[in-house]
Amino acid sequence: MTISLFIPCFVDLMYPKVGISMVNIFEKLGHKVAVPKGPACCGQPAFNSGYWDESRTIATQMLESLKDADVVVIASGSCGAMMKVFYPELFAGTKYEAMARELAPKCFEFSSFLVNKLGVTDLGAKFPHKVTFHDGCHGLRELNNKRPPRELLAKVRGLELVEMTAAETCCGFGGTFSAKFPAISTAMAEVKCASAIDTKAEYIVSCDSSCLMQIQGLADKQRQPAKTIHLAEILAQS
Amino acid sequence: MTAPAAQFTLDARRVAPDTRHRGIIQTAMGKYEVVRDQRKLWFQDWQGARNLAARTKFAAVNQLDTHLAEFAKNLEARGTKIHWASNAEQARSIILGILKAKNAKVVVKSKAMTSEEIHLNDAMETAGCEVVESDLGEYIVQLRQEPPYHLVFPAMHLTRGEIQKTFQDKLLDAPTDNPEDLTMVARRVLRQKYIQADVGITGANFAIAETGMISITENEGNARLTAALPKTMITLVGIEKVLPRLADLALFLPMLAVMGTGQALTCYNTLYGGPRQPGEADGPEEYHVVLLDNQRTTLLADAEQRDALGCIRCGACLNVCPIFRNVGGHTYGTVYGGPIGSVITPHLRGLQDWKHLSFASSLCGACTETCPVKIDLHHHLLQNRRNAFAPATGKPSWWQKTAFKLFAPVANSPALWSLTTKLGRFGQIFHGLVKGSALDPAQAWTKTREVAPIAKQSFREWMKERES
Ligand code: SF4
Repeated sequence: MTISLFIPCFVDLMYPKVGISMVNIFEKLGHKVAVPKGPACCGQPAFNSGYWDESRTIATQMLESLKDADVVVIASGSCGAMMKVFYPELFAGTKYEAMARELAPKCFEFSSFLVNKLGVTDLGAKFPHKVTFHDGCHGLRELNNKRPPRELLAKVRGLELVEMTAAETCCGFGGTFSAKFPAISTAMAEVKCASAIDTKAEYIVSCDSSCLMQIQGLADKQRQPAKTIHLAEILAQS
Repeated sequence: MTAPAAQFTLDARRVAPDTRHRGIIQTAMGKYEVVRDQRKLWFQDWQGARNLAARTKFAAVNQLDTHLAEFAKNLEARGTKIHWASNAEQARSIILGILKAKNAKVVVKSKAMTSEEIHLNDAMETAGCEVVESDLGEYIVQLRQEPPYHLVFPAMHLTRGEIQKTFQDKLLDAPTDNPEDLTMVARRVLRQKYIQADVGITGANFAIAETGMISITENEGNARLTAALPKTMITLVGIEKVLPRLADLALFLPMLAVMGTGQALTCYNTLYGGPRQPGEADGPEEYHVVLLDNQRTTLLADAEQRDALGCIRCGACLNVCPIFRNVGGHTYGTVYGGPIGSVITPHLRGLQDWKHLSFASSLCGACTETCPVKIDLHHHLLQNRRNAFAPATGKPSWWQKTAFKLFAPVANSPALWSLTTKLGRFGQIFHGLVKGSALDPAQAWTKTREVAPIAKQSFREWMKERES
């Protein structure tokens, strides 16, 4: 199948390895990867800030660019939720509503695409490290994605998963929230980081680079021993 | 920035980094979470119970007019005086009127968030009454002249030592910091007050339409004494508290106990159906029920967010909220804090003044996931944000609107995006010079967090190279 892969703006700029890993994984599984020539962003920042008109300027382009796609894989639970869950709401009552509703079931977050759509859990990856997993809130609560990443991690050779107590607690990123209310956002990151470090895991893994950016950003500033890595990067290791 | 927003930001900046405060709340919540989860398992089907509760409450709210009429009729039939208050001012003057008619000097109260909402204590004190809160937590914060910290646990931010000191300072009696000793001190004082009080004021957890009864659930027996000893009893209740049938309590009382405090049921569950009836041994001679609207009908008119009227004030959304847990209850500057407060305060007190609470959220959704009546809390925060800035319903901020307007074509055009990528890399070289300082435009992030650098080759650049 041809997979349309959407790499969100900040992943494109700061975490290209995440996208490259996904391309490699899909190609190894025998699929063709197409990167749509649409917008670089899903429009979530404007949407979450209350500027729905401005968000629609981007999101309509996204709808247009993906209208012929069979499946769309999104390299982030958060942007995935935006396209799958919030686009229909954003376009409710507009002429794009039908298109948004058509796109929604074709959208998958990366880990849920592998497990739920392709039925693949074992990618033959090897990663001999102790890791802990951070559930990104949008993936967890909007997309109901608790299980897939763990099933994938369970099949990685040499990997040991230790759950942290605050696995489901928000890391405090929240998009523009992190800059609007930095004190609260930082406190939340501290809680998250402390819980992850408590597990003595070598890596904090997640399906969301934005959460990892927040966690790593704090850990580096405070010289805490935390290393973060996206799930796709682990699954691409052989 | 509006005054409440400025105050919020200031207080959040002070409390959020306070690891002592964070520790107190984490410890309290850690214990709550364990018992809550154990008790949830006592339900055969917790999710099924939530669905039923949500349906029941939503249906009740949608037929508020008929239920309220039935409720009032049934209560009146047993001699209760019903008062309808459209707003806080009316509610206060109704209650002050009763106090005056009774020549009341001492008023004893059990826990009622609605009374906080209408600032009743201040009004009664100004009118010359002595007002005593009888719920232990409420009593402690009253002694400290603080508002309640939390819907269910008004004094959860205080350590035993702080409570001992409060008692020592205000009551001159605090032998130890042992909770039992301190409770005995409060009990001695409060017992006297129940006897002296001319009027007892309570809130309500539920209002049963079918039977015309007020349901109050509590752990200390203080609401019972407040209701039973003074000659006059007043209950102040929000109109949204109505439930159609008595049998609904079979679901809602355990649900409220489990989510509120992690108990299977609270210790005292009482129904109040009117003043002392002929042949009864105790109870008030006069009973007044004040039904409070105070903008609840405005929320009712909002088809998107009407479900928020189903709130049973269990506090569970506060308990799981990472914002609440880090900024604490007082930072909100509102009677109703936490996620439910952030949702409804803009409806109760004005969107433009209180919209900041809807923005002070990472939209993680832990609240919605936990709410026993399934209020779509975090999506309502999104709707409040939209309503605050949409040209039709609110006031857009020109600079934000411009920023998003400028960003859209950049995101939409591969050529402009590629140019931005290059410019970003270039800008990054200079960013190093000011990073984290007051000159840094990204200081809100960089003061406490490192920035991830833009990669030497972006994903799109890699893809392009690969395709060529
Ligand atoms: S919104 Fe839900 S969780 Fe929060 S206090 Fe109300 S009923 Fe409880």
